[in-house]
This record gives sequence, C-alpha cells and structure tokens, in this order.
Amino acid sequence: MGEKKLMLGNEAIARGLWEAGVKVASAYPGTPSTEISENLVQYKDDLYCEWAPNEKVAAEVAFGASVAGVRSFACMKMVGYNVAADPVYSAAYSGVGRGMVLTVADDPGLYSSQNEQDTRAVSRAAQIPVLEPSDSQEAKDFTKLAYEISEKYDKPVVVRTTTRLAHSQGIVELCDREEIEDKVYETNIAKNVMLPANAIKRHVIVEEMMEKLSEDACSMDINRMEIRDTKVGFITSGIPYLYIREAMPEASTLKLGLVHPLPRKLIEEFASKVDRVIVFEELMPVIEEQVKSWGIECDGKNIFTKIGEYSANMIRERVLGQKLDITPETNVPNRPPILCPGCPHRSTFWALKRLKLHVAGDIGCYTLGAVAPLSTIETCLCMGSSISSLHGMGKAKGEDYIKNWVSVIGDSTFMHTGVNSLMNMVYNQSHGTVIILDNRITAMTGHQDNPATGKTLMGETVPAIDFEKFCHGIGIENVFTVNALDQAAMMETIKREVKADHLSVIVAKSPCALIKEARTKKKCVPLPEKCVHCGACTRPGCPALTKNSDGTISIDATMCNGCGLCRQLCRFDAIKEVE
Amino acid sequence: MQTRNIMIVGVGGQGTLIASRILGGIAVTAGYDVKVSEVHGMAQRGGSVVTFVRYGDKVEEPIVEEGCADVLIAFERLEAKRYAHFLKKDGVLIVNDTRIDPMPVVIGAAEYPENIIEDIEKNHTVYRADATAIAMELGNPRCFNVVILGMAARHMDYKVEDWYDIIERTVKPATVGVNKRAFDAGYNLK
Repeated sequence: MGEKKLMLGNEAIARGLWEAGVKVASAYPGTPSTEISENLVQYKDDLYCEWAPNEKVAAEVAFGASVAGVRSFACMKMVGYNVAADPVYSAAYSGVGRGMVLTVADDPGLYSSQNEQDTRAVSRAAQIPVLEPSDSQEAKDFTKLAYEISEKYDKPVVVRTTTRLAHSQGIVELCDREEIEDKVYETNIAKNVMLPANAIKRHVIVEEMMEKLSEDACSMDINRMEIRDTKVGFITSGIPYLYIREAMPEASTLKLGLVHPLPRKLIEEFASKVDRVIVFEELMPVIEEQVKSWGIECDGKNIFTKIGEYSANMIRERVLGQKLDITPETNVPNRPPILCPGCPHRSTFWALKRLKLHVAGDIGCYTLGAVAPLSTIETCLCMGSSISSLHGMGKAKGEDYIKNWVSVIGDSTFMHTGVNSLMNMVYNQSHGTVIILDNRITAMTGHQDNPATGKTLMGETVPAIDFEKFCHGIGIENVFTVNALDQAAMMETIKREVKADHLSVIVAKSPCALIKEARTKKKCVPLPEKCVHCGACTRPGCPALTKNSDGTISIDATMCNGCGLCRQLCRFDAIKEVE
Repeated sequence: MQTRNIMIVGVGGQGTLIASRILGGIAVTAGYDVKVSEVHGMAQRGGSVVTFVRYGDKVEEPIVEEGCADVLIAFERLEAKRYAHFLKKDGVLIVNDTRIDPMPVVIGAAEYPENIIEDIEKNHTVYRADATAIAMELGNPRCFNVVILGMAARHMDYKVEDWYDIIERTVKPATVGVNKRAFDAGYNLK
C-alpha cells in the first residue's frame, strides 16, 4: 500500500498527471481548475508546465507535445473550453501521438463563473470521450486511465470535474511515476493535416472509434452496476453518485465513469433489472436524452433541475417523498464579494463614476465594479469582450456616442484575448478609450503569473510584455500609463482621452493589494476633529472604513494598506497618511 | 462511527480554509475517512464562505446538508444566522461574537439584524466568545480562527497533543507558537 494523503480533487489530478508520466502541461487559470497547475509545478524536475495566455494556446501546446511523442495535458474551466474549442474539435479528427488529456472544470451553482454550461454537451459535439470521477481518489485514477484510453482509441480525452469535486479533499493513495517512453515521431500528413480530403477520411475513423469505445465501455470497471434493492435504479456519475449513496444507500445504481460515449448495452441491461430508472445528473440532461432516445423510460429533469448543484436532500424530498423540516432564516442581508481594501480597481472605478461614464467591463476581480456602491460596469460578456463591445457600440451609434463610454480590462485578460479586439479597433478605426487595469498579476484566480508579469509558472524570470510598447507596436499613438491610485491624474487623463478623436489606451497601473509588491507600512488615520461628516471617504465602499454613530469614521488598521483613496477624497484634510 | 458533520462559515479572507484543513488533518491522523469541501475563487473576496468537514468510518458526499450539521462554527454573527438552518435539532453553534457589515448594510440598503445569537439560542446550544478580541490580546488578531477551533475542540474527541501536532503541520512556521496559545485560549474558555 502506498502512502495515503488528504488531497483536493485538483491536487489529485496533478498527482495523477505526474504518475502517468506526463511531460508537457499548459493551462490558463480559471476557477475551479487553477490548482491543478499550481500543484503540478511541484513535479517540475520531471515535467514541463506553463501558464499559457489562453486556453486555445494551451490546447494547441498539448497537441504539439502529443504529436511530438510525449504524454501531454491542458486544463481550463468550462468557458475556457469554448476558447479551446477550435483546436479540440479538429484534434478529435487528427488523434494523438502519445496520450493527450484535457481537464475541463464545470461550475454548477455558479460559484465563480458567468454561465452554467455543461462540458459533456460540448464534448459530445466535439466527439471527445469524457471521464467523470466522483472523489479525489478517482480523480487521480481516472486521470491515469484517460491516458490509456487516449492512446488506445487515438483521441484526446477529457476528464470532467465540477467545483464540488475540484475543491473537495478526500483521501488518496499515492503511487510512483510511470516512465513512459517517447513515441518516435513519424510524418503522417494524412492524419495530422486536416485538409478537407484528409478530414473526410478521418471523420470515418472518428465515428468508428467512438462506436468501438461505446461497446468496450460496457465492460470497463469504471462503469459499475451496483444492484441492490431493484425498486429504484439510478443512472449517475461524478459527485451526484455520492448524494445517492448518502440519501438512498439501498438503491441500485449504475455509476458511469465514462460519460461520453455511453455504454448503451450496459444501460439497457441495468434498466431491465430495476422497476424504475432515474437519471441523476447535474446541469443538462445529457445522459437522460440519450437513454430516452433508446426507448428506455426514465425520470430525470422532470423531477430534478438543470440549474445549480444537486444534494442528498433533493433525493430525500423528490424520490423518497420526505418532508424535511428546514426553515432558512429570513431577514439576512446578502454578503456579496467585494473589492479588497486598498484595491487599485476601486480608485479607477471611482474616477469613472465621478466622471459619469458608462463602462464596458470584462472578466476578473474588477467585474465587481458592477456591484454597488461602484455600479459603473454596465456590460460584461466574456474574456476580452470589453474592447470589442466598445468598438461595436461606436460602429452602431457613431464615434461621438462612445465618448461617454470606456472599456476596462485586466492585464491578464488583455493578454488572453483583449489583444485581438484592440487590433480590431486599430484596423477598423475606432476612437474609443481602453483602460488596461494593470495590477501586475492574474488576481481573481488567486495570483498567477501571465506574459506581462515577467515570471513563469516554473519560477523563471523572463522579459515581461510591455503594454505601452505593445500598443505602440500595433499603431496606437496615444498610450498613457497612470498610477491607478492617483485620483486626480486618473480623472484628468480619462476626461481628456474620452473626448479626443482618436483611439487611446490608458494603462492604470498599481499592484494588486494582496501581492507583496503592494505591501507598505503606510496607513490612513482619521482626524475626527477635522471631520465634517460629509461621507465622501466612505462612498466608494472600502471595507476598512466604518461610519461611526457620531458621523466621524474609523479605519481598521489591520485592513488598511494606505492606498490613500479616502485621503484624496477628503476635502477637509481629516484623514492623514502615516508610515 | 456515524459520520460527523462540521461546518465552518465566515467572511472571505477570515481563514476558513486553514481552519477546515486543520479539522480535516486531525481526522485523518485519527484514522477516519475524511472529506473536506472548500470555497475558492470569487467568494473569497469578502463574500460569504462555507466549508464542510465530514469524518467517520466511510464518508460519501463531501458536503453537509441543511438540517444535518452536528457543529456549526461561525466566524461572524450574521453568517451564523445565514446558515443556522444547517444545524441538526441537537446541533451546537460556536460563534465568534463579532460583527462585520456586508456591503448592503454599509451603503444603507439593508440593516444588520439585532439579537442574532439570542434567536438561535431558542433552538440550539450556543457557545459564544469575542475570539477576535482574545486573539488581539495574544498579539495576532488573525489567529482568532484557531481560538474558535479551540472552543470547538471541546465538542470533539481528540487529544490536545493531536491538536498541537496538526496546528504545527498546517500553519506557517512563524505563527505556530501564537496559534497554539490561541488554541489553548479557546479550549479553556468557560
């Protein structure tokens, strides 16, 4: 028996990658997938791993490494899978050299995402096999198995996780690393160049392979029929399996480890053994619709939901008919996430609010600029969309219309896909104002490096991409770097540039308040004797500030990092900065 | 042993993750099957956060469901109120008697409820302490979470030495001493 350890699902996947002999891994951070790469880097003596600028790049890196003959990996959250879709759909046709595996993390319940899309549905469309583990041990085991399936069926394989699996810890038994010999590269243009004439032949093979995998899946150990009481039989996978075990341990289950393609014969056999079939799957009715299409009667979304996470209580109520005596407290104010004390984004948003500008936003911590009291961001779609949306508004209503608008985008998001949108503004002659919120880190996902930080995942120091030079390089003359925490300078620069008849980029630069570059000994201290109780300092919603009952303010010294926004907003010198 | 259900709730950034890892770690040391479910990502930015710790002979789901918690550990009063319905009928609440205003209260869009603990006390046993103040006296306000764990340890059957051991293995080396004192302070509260 190997050593046993309590591991996050994501940590277990990283361990599985190392044990499977993976040599190249690439990823863009995205909750809930980020910790895979963060854990993988501990094995850097045995493998190469990196942060890519986006998920499409990561998937292509993994494809190249696989063709070159080593086991490779890419990971992303589910919306990143859309970005990677282009290479993934065609890699399904080309197949692999050595095994290629992607982990894609879904977010039922929307803990940290902009939609609830289902990776199984995307993978079905892309003809990519999908494995779905239920706990940390399976997360490691299935990751290793994914490489075997990838190599046997000549396919990239997805290991699908959900937030609940990725961010839950369970006990995992550790094994040693398998040393996988590199596959010798051989030129194979018919397989690796998807010209129409080649692709049409590969499509035939894709269909045959998926059919064969579907048949073989009927005898795979990971697709497990557990016959107990036969009154109810659940078809399920992943975390929902555990909810059934919790609520109805006596019920029969067909636990699917491979959720695409489905083992049709096994499912038919299971259905014939139980009186009532219930498909228990979070998000889309991916399994249910296929099962029904084979003429098998079953319950599923008619009693459960396509929205959010499932639970054992759901089964107790909707299958067992129990009345659970649970009354949530009423009158509990919400506690939405907020920008941290000292966050430079707060200063930028406050300048935008004072100038009464509309803001096209983007994905990151700064999306919280849409939340009261800032409430400045009015649109936010996906990574990179702020810049293209602004351009579209200008083309719809004229360049004067967008003099009341700006777009804001973080440094990492700008590198991800914002650059393409900015090139479009140059090419198609927009006069908009783009603000890059350069806090020197990918903050929202927990502080990962990116091409503009000058550090790699493996800890090397490298040349950082310079935003000013980059913008000049693509032909933008008006590029201004401003300290984001300097209200007066921010106000003046933004006010001037939105009015101008040219495209401009403002780099609002100041490090994320949580990284060491931002650490100072400075604090802001209130001077109550000068305070006139106007409330100007508390209006931007810094959590370190509290209004006292007498109208003066207190500043929590453990929270304040001396950013100075409140001091700059006070016209009565009633806040001073101390070292 | 029947699975024990512990829940830790608080405000993002208060240290619920470390606390849940200490609880998970000690259960592993004791030879139990363990699952810990955490919250990462956006909610960590000052939002309401929940972590679950379950241990026993065989643990299935990683979450604690409504009406099932043996012990609810709340790092802040309003969060205790938000999650009180997760407690079993005979479940125990351990609460840090402190108030952190959420943004709707700060901007005047909502009011912070009164008598939170008194209301919960009508149905459940409650242990309360201003752990933040206790930790402040010990010289590190951030280790209030371990003060609370010390209080919770009273309701679990591990030895004090095992708690010390897991604290040593989980917190930053420089803070081991103060965290052990924080644990003692919570454990010895009346």
